[in-house]
Amino acid sequence: MSEVRIAVYVCHCGTNIADKVDVAGVREFARRLPGVEVARDYQYMCADPGQELLRSDIRERGINRVVVASCSPRMHEATFRQVLESAGLNGYLFEMANIREHCSWVTEESELATHKARALVAAAVKRVRFHAPLEERYVEVNQKALVVGGGIAGIEAALKIARAGKKVWLVERGPSIGGKMAGLDKTFPTLDCSACILTPKMVEAAQHPKITLLSYSEVEGVDGYVGNFQVTVRRKARYVREEDCTGCGTCYQKCPKKVPSEFDGGLSHRKAIYVPFPQAVPNVPVIDRSNCIRFQTGRCGACEKFCPRDAVDFEQEDEFLTLEVGAVIVATGYETFQPQEAPQWGWGRYENVLTARQLERLVNASGPTGGKVLLRRDGEFTDEVPKSVAVLHCIGSRDENYYPYCSRLCCMASLKLAHLIREKTGAQVYSFYIDIRSAGKGYEEFYTRVQAEGIQFIRGKGAEVLERDGQLYVHAEDTLLGAYREVPVDMVVLSTAVTPAPGAERVAQIFGIQRGQDGFFLESHPKLEPLKTATEGIYIVGCCQGPKDIPDSVAQGAGGAAEVLSLLTAGRVQISPVVAEIDAEACSGCKVCVPLCPYSAIKYDEERGACGVNEALCKGCGTCVASCPSGALSCRHFTDEQIYAQIEEVSSL
Amino acid sequence: MTESFEPRIVGFLCNWCSYAGADLAGVSRLKYPANLRIIRVMCSGRVEPSFILKAFRDGADGVLVAGCHPGDCHYMEGNYKTMRRWVMIEGILEDFGVEKGRFRLAWVSASEGDRFAALVREMVEDVRRLGPFRLPEGTPDQATLAVAAGGGGSGA
Amino acid sequence: MTMRRYWYYPGCSGHASARDYQRSVALISPALGLDLVEVEDWNCCGTTAMTSVEPRLSVVLSARNLALAEEAGGRADLVVTCNSCYAILRRAQEQYARRREVRAEVDEALAGIGRRYSGTVRVRHLLEVLVRDVGLDALRERVRRPLSGLRLAPYYGCLLGRPRNDFEDPEEPLSMDRLLEATGATVVRFDRKSKCCGGALITTHEEAALELVREVLSEAAAREARAVVTACPMCQFNLDAYQAKVNAAFGTRLRLPVLYFSQVLGLSLGFGASELGLGQRFVPVGGVGKL
Repeated sequence: MSEVRIAVYVCHCGTNIADKVDVAGVREFARRLPGVEVARDYQYMCADPGQELLRSDIRERGINRVVVASCSPRMHEATFRQVLESAGLNGYLFEMANIREHCSWVTEESELATHKARALVAAAVKRVRFHAPLEERYVEVNQKALVVGGGIAGIEAALKIARAGKKVWLVERGPSIGGKMAGLDKTFPTLDCSACILTPKMVEAAQHPKITLLSYSEVEGVDGYVGNFQVTVRRKARYVREEDCTGCGTCYQKCPKKVPSEFDGGLSHRKAIYVPFPQAVPNVPVIDRSNCIRFQTGRCGACEKFCPRDAVDFEQEDEFLTLEVGAVIVATGYETFQPQEAPQWGWGRYENVLTARQLERLVNASGPTGGKVLLRRDGEFTDEVPKSVAVLHCIGSRDENYYPYCSRLCCMASLKLAHLIREKTGAQVYSFYIDIRSAGKGYEEFYTRVQAEGIQFIRGKGAEVLERDGQLYVHAEDTLLGAYREVPVDMVVLSTAVTPAPGAERVAQIFGIQRGQDGFFLESHPKLEPLKTATEGIYIVGCCQGPKDIPDSVAQGAGGAAEVLSLLTAGRVQISPVVAEIDAEACSGCKVCVPLCPYSAIKYDEERGACGVNEALCKGCGTCVASCPSGALSCRHFTDEQIYAQIEEVSSL
Repeated sequence: MTESFEPRIVGFLCNWCSYAGADLAGVSRLKYPANLRIIRVMCSGRVEPSFILKAFRDGADGVLVAGCHPGDCHYMEGNYKTMRRWVMIEGILEDFGVEKGRFRLAWVSASEGDRFAALVREMVEDVRRLGPFRLPEGTPDQATLAVAAGGGGSGA
Repeated sequence: MTMRRYWYYPGCSGHASARDYQRSVALISPALGLDLVEVEDWNCCGTTAMTSVEPRLSVVLSARNLALAEEAGGRADLVVTCNSCYAILRRAQEQYARRREVRAEVDEALAGIGRRYSGTVRVRHLLEVLVRDVGLDALRERVRRPLSGLRLAPYYGCLLGRPRNDFEDPEEPLSMDRLLEATGATVVRFDRKSKCCGGALITTHEEAALELVREVLSEAAAREARAVVTACPMCQFNLDAYQAKVNAAFGTRLRLPVLYFSQVLGLSLGFGASELGLGQRFVPVGGVGKL
């Protein structure tokens, strides 16, 4: 190794580090370390002047190794690597010491923080001596994309990508695209008809020449890496041939078996062969095997008999496809809190306690009551209109017993429902709320309007719903009145929390997406990278990333498309050179490493009698390296030498 | 063991989950003792027994290895390998006279900042109670023992 | 039949106003393989009154009982039959485990009387012991006199599932439902099964507490229950002794006998109404005892 000339920069990060750590002291300490040529401290190393300091030292002082003691490498390692490159030095001759997130921000006493900073800097300085220049590698980016999830966010993303001329697959696990929005009646605050604004987009997505819609399909596995993913998709058997079906509906008219409709929240029935709603895209039914008489007993088969196009096929099987794409957008949406877990609000106990989702179906003209708000008696809808209705906000949200977060969209949805109920029935509507969150465009104005319509707002969360002498009562503390109230009502609507979609955990594992504390998918950075994930090339948009309303979902869908298009149009992507390598001389061919690699990147070469690493497949995790008994395997940029150097310093200082 | 004994704990944290979790603890300004020094690895699977042994030999009183929760490893299975190796590592360390409370394997996700802080506090107290780590009598010194270039793999 | 041994904490009402409860417990225990041995020299748990007035002393009082159970040895659990005692003793345990200053105070106070608590004894309600340790199958096998046709409303009171624990759900508890079903009785739906009975408020804010009693009993009556079954002496007392006052205040005509689950279980095991203490209540049991 030629002479090592190290420059060390101790960043103040304004007061973030300098308040706790004696930066000047650490600088002086660094100056005295072996190999250190230059030691400086500066306010903001990541800013232009800081970067310029770096560049000029490299050029003028012959610096060939750089240590920056500042924030987390997850923050600015890439930034500084580029600075080195721009000054003509390989970006990998660089190391960061995390004296902010891991030191100044978490330590109470200055002295201890400073001492720890010294240890971390010493470790970085010793390590960087052993760094070697590494060349970035590039891979081609496949020009096709995949969007998983056919709700409004996924549809928007697919459309934007397709309009740019790129091929995109849209995979949706339900029988139709449209997501939750397809079940809404009117959307806040404009009271636009949801189906009216959604269906044109659904149709466009289905018909666009660049979009291939795979409905009733699920992603089973993902292989590969950014720019080069291989995605296995299972096309579930509908038992109806999509290409032959005209959507005439004869089959479900003839089907004798009725099943509670999931789409209508159990308030109506669908058949065993069904389309989830009339405007379904594709307008092709599926057979629900577990409820189909033919599948369960061998009898019936009415749908097959009556289908004018002979499109019913009981022998149909699941099909598997492998899609090759350059990028993936995950838009798998959300679910709402299951109120049967919380019987104190009466859902499941009293038949006129409904969820907001169920109410949406009631007020919808294509719903179980043709758009009328009606009471139920003994499981059937009567033609009785409620004279009083309570809408309970925050059921399951902002609650340490269920979900601690605010679900963001339900205050507006509750106001909308209150308005619609009042408009349709003239009933006295009570809104039991904690706070009204109406932050979007036109939202506060809508709230004001609803107040003026005579809806009574009670500032106190509905604590319980109980029936007495056949009458429902909502129990709550009215905090503005300072009194406990039991308000008699005919019907209760529960605005339930927005939760991660069922199966989110499995989706996350398939795509290598992390999840936050709340179970929603985790973005790379909460402020600056809301759509990226820990896996490059995989993006998250819409409610799967966190509860949000339609405008925000659409914006994120478009944003995800922008991410994908920027990747695709760049044509190639940089791959990290941090990979494993094998010293064939030292390799004894024991093959212990081969089965350890999750990417099958190691192969044994009979001729050479040694193993070799396929750098295109290797991700640089280092699991194989740790297993090698002869030390033939090493990981670039995480060599034993480099790590030992760090260990020596942090263990002794 | 005196009241003022401050243990030195070396932590090997994986880039994707536990290191990010520690970053989150920092961003959240949670406070924990300064005794922990973190070394970043890309995956907990990179950690070999020689790292841990060297840390103890070089002056550490405790070692923490942290990775992603099983099932969530950024590299799919790295943490499973770590789990397997850990059984062997525990055995080796005990044979070398390193008490059980001094080394620990933990799973911390990128969103578990507060859990990470609590983990550090707990571990520092555990190691403090055990006192400074002393190499067993008769252990050859650094100069005598040549740490083989790149060697020390676990074969597992 | 192997006997399972437990330490037993009857609580203040056990030897007084809830004597019938204790008698029924004493009768059925051996029949079900439970050897309940009363802890010697136990003291009042302090319950709600003490925790409001002197919270720290309350923990110490509870800790003394826990220490006694530990010292008595045998590593057995401490079984209680009162929801209040259950809540207070468990709360003391948790405070001791989680808060350093509480630990210090308790250790010091107990040391002063030559006792030590080490946080190992488990506090369990008899209801839990019956359902989990004895088991519903074993109970069913021992039923000699199935209570078929007897409609019962199981009333848990508010404290069995609160604060959240691993025994009962706060909103939809089911252990007593299952136990009563095992005797052959018909358990009615009862939405207010875990709503408050008023507790100690019956003495300080009678009007408010009477409302709560009325709520609970009215639903039980509306569901055509023949009797309400409880697991706590305080609940039993409020629902039973104050029925007349509720009728007077609200114009209701409630006449629901309020029994203990151990008495109902005892009837199904073949014990007699009078030995189970069924006569000892304000609202008479009437035909229930003659089954």
